[in-house]
Amino acid sequence: MDKFTTLTGLAAPLDRANIDTDAIIPKQFLKSIKRTGFGPYLFDEWRYLDHGEPEMDCTNRPRNPDFVLNQQRYQGAQVLLARDNFGCGSSREHAPWALLDFGIRVIIAPSFADIFFNNCFKNGILPIILPADQVDALFTAVSATPGYELTVDLEQQTISAADGTSYTFDVDPFRKHCLLNGLDDIGLTLEKVEQIKAYEELKKKETPWLFRG
Amino acid sequence: MKQTLYDKLWDSHVVSQNDDGTCLLYIDRQLLHEVTSPQAFEGLRLAGRKPWRIDANLAVPDHNVPTANRAAGISDPVSRLQVDTLDQNCREFGITQFGMDDPRQGIVHVIGPEQGATLPGMTIVCGDSHTATHGAFGALAHGIGTSEVEHVLATQCLIQKKSKSMLVEVEGELPAGLTAKDIVLAIIGRIGTAGGTGYTIEFGGSAIRALSMEGRMTVCNMAIEAGARAGLIAVDDTTIDYVKGRPYAPGAEHWEQAVASWKQLKSDPGAEFNRVVRIDARDLQPQVTWGTSPEMVVTINDKVPNPENETDPTKREGMKAALKYMGLEADTPIRDIQPEIVFIGSCTNGRIEDMRAAAAVARGRKVAANIKQALVVPGSGLVKQQAEQEGLDKIFIAAGFEWRDPGCSMCLAMNNDRLKPGERCASTSNRNFEGRQGQGGRTHLVSPAMAAAAAVTGHFIDVRELEVL
Repeated sequence: MDKFTTLTGLAAPLDRANIDTDAIIPKQFLKSIKRTGFGPYLFDEWRYLDHGEPEMDCTNRPRNPDFVLNQQRYQGAQVLLARDNFGCGSSREHAPWALLDFGIRVIIAPSFADIFFNNCFKNGILPIILPADQVDALFTAVSATPGYELTVDLEQQTISAADGTSYTFDVDPFRKHCLLNGLDDIGLTLEKVEQIKAYEELKKKETPWLFRG
Repeated sequence: MKQTLYDKLWDSHVVSQNDDGTCLLYIDRQLLHEVTSPQAFEGLRLAGRKPWRIDANLAVPDHNVPTANRAAGISDPVSRLQVDTLDQNCREFGITQFGMDDPRQGIVHVIGPEQGATLPGMTIVCGDSHTATHGAFGALAHGIGTSEVEHVLATQCLIQKKSKSMLVEVEGELPAGLTAKDIVLAIIGRIGTAGGTGYTIEFGGSAIRALSMEGRMTVCNMAIEAGARAGLIAVDDTTIDYVKGRPYAPGAEHWEQAVASWKQLKSDPGAEFNRVVRIDARDLQPQVTWGTSPEMVVTINDKVPNPENETDPTKREGMKAALKYMGLEADTPIRDIQPEIVFIGSCTNGRIEDMRAAAAVARGRKVAANIKQALVVPGSGLVKQQAEQEGLDKIFIAAGFEWRDPGCSMCLAMNNDRLKPGERCASTSNRNFEGRQGQGGRTHLVSPAMAAAAAVTGHFIDVRELEVL
């Protein structure tokens, strides 16, 4: 996983609540057995006017001019502004894979769905929860100012912009540590092999029916 | 200290705990399917790792499998590769798999309980958000992403923080003709699709205790639609009777010991929850969703809500967008809505009791002329067998329904069963999101009895108005 330390990037607004993972990456693209290549199909049903299929070349597909991420001013966005309950629905990790592949490294919303929120951290994406009034203010600033960039500093837990905007955010200390250092969870857990084995020995006595092997 | 059921399940699975409350939680069972596992197996291979405990895993293809003419195999080469990849991975790593031609194959959340691979007191994960289903057994079960699937394969553990606890208490006798689906849709309507975010929900009260295991699974299945990763129901005799004698259940050697342990799996009287929601089952009516989020739900006797009556601007815009997508006018009576497609199945409502409830309505009737297709997709090969032994297939076929092979099917439309743009579906599945059942498709979530009633009348109708024929 890539480290996340600081990032200054163009922000794009997605002004809609309850955006689900079916919208982020529709089911037909889940047939892939790879982790990469989902970016062109991010928000496929909103982004294009035709029907997308896996492995389709998207270069000349008709774009939906009404979809915000298709606007010229938001090309190259790395920070996504969203509304409540972003990422609800399916547990598909293809959703953060698609966002990452598209170039998004930070998502700011008043709330996230739990599984999606967790999946982001496993992929070097930082989901940030801010109070609704601060998210509102960011939506206003981004819409009003072409080229509006946000600087996100994970170590300091701050979000700032050239117009003097400055917010702090909370992040779980363990997740912060893993993201700052690009750590592999499995490697960390395997440092506790002896504890896992000791737990299993105990449980084989207490609940032997759970161990059939 | 009085403990909730969630406290008990959590505490008994903590391997280690950090100062910040992050825990290493032991996982007793991992269920695998073809869509969210290939990258996890590939990750294992790249790191040169092996599964920690092969016997804790059980795999089945369900999302991509065809539900008709299965002997011909999967026509879509991309889908076929994914199913073949699961097959190869299971062979390479020695994991038990019920392949596409195995009579035990079915939707992962149907076969786990059916096989007794889901047991009370377990921690259960699967790369699928509807893993919440298994909480019906007094097990702590939730969906995970593919990175965590790999983590569990490699370590048999997950790094977790404990969530808050919510009790949803449904008291009173459920009116005849209503089902677990109506209960859970009403709960989601009440607390909202994010109401359970950050919580584990325990469902309790006399109406929940009165449900069969099938009904309890329907309720827990949709905990995720209320935002909660896990739903729970206390163990009682209904649970234990269901588990007894199933292939993976404890045999005679451990049965008494297991039952004694399972009987502890309920919240202590007076245990505290972070939030309590109370619902009176006697007030419930059949539920129908009208929009593109499961919280957009009303009763069969209501009208489509009017966004102009909503004061919250984000919600109002959401309602307008939903009405536009659904092709509906505000204030239309729900009864006047005419679906063209009916889908009965899914991990929410693909079990034998669901088949029986739909067949009871279909018996002696015909699918209405305006219904282009009415699909019945049993949740597993064994559900299908059981239904056929009871003659339910003949009832459906005589009425004009199609009787299919098991799989996820039109719940998420990864196989060939899907809505065309603009098609409207009465569906017993769990999500009415845009495009969920096919790009441009319009989903109304209902119970199996209500779906069958819509099929035979051609519009939504209170199933209680149809006599049993």
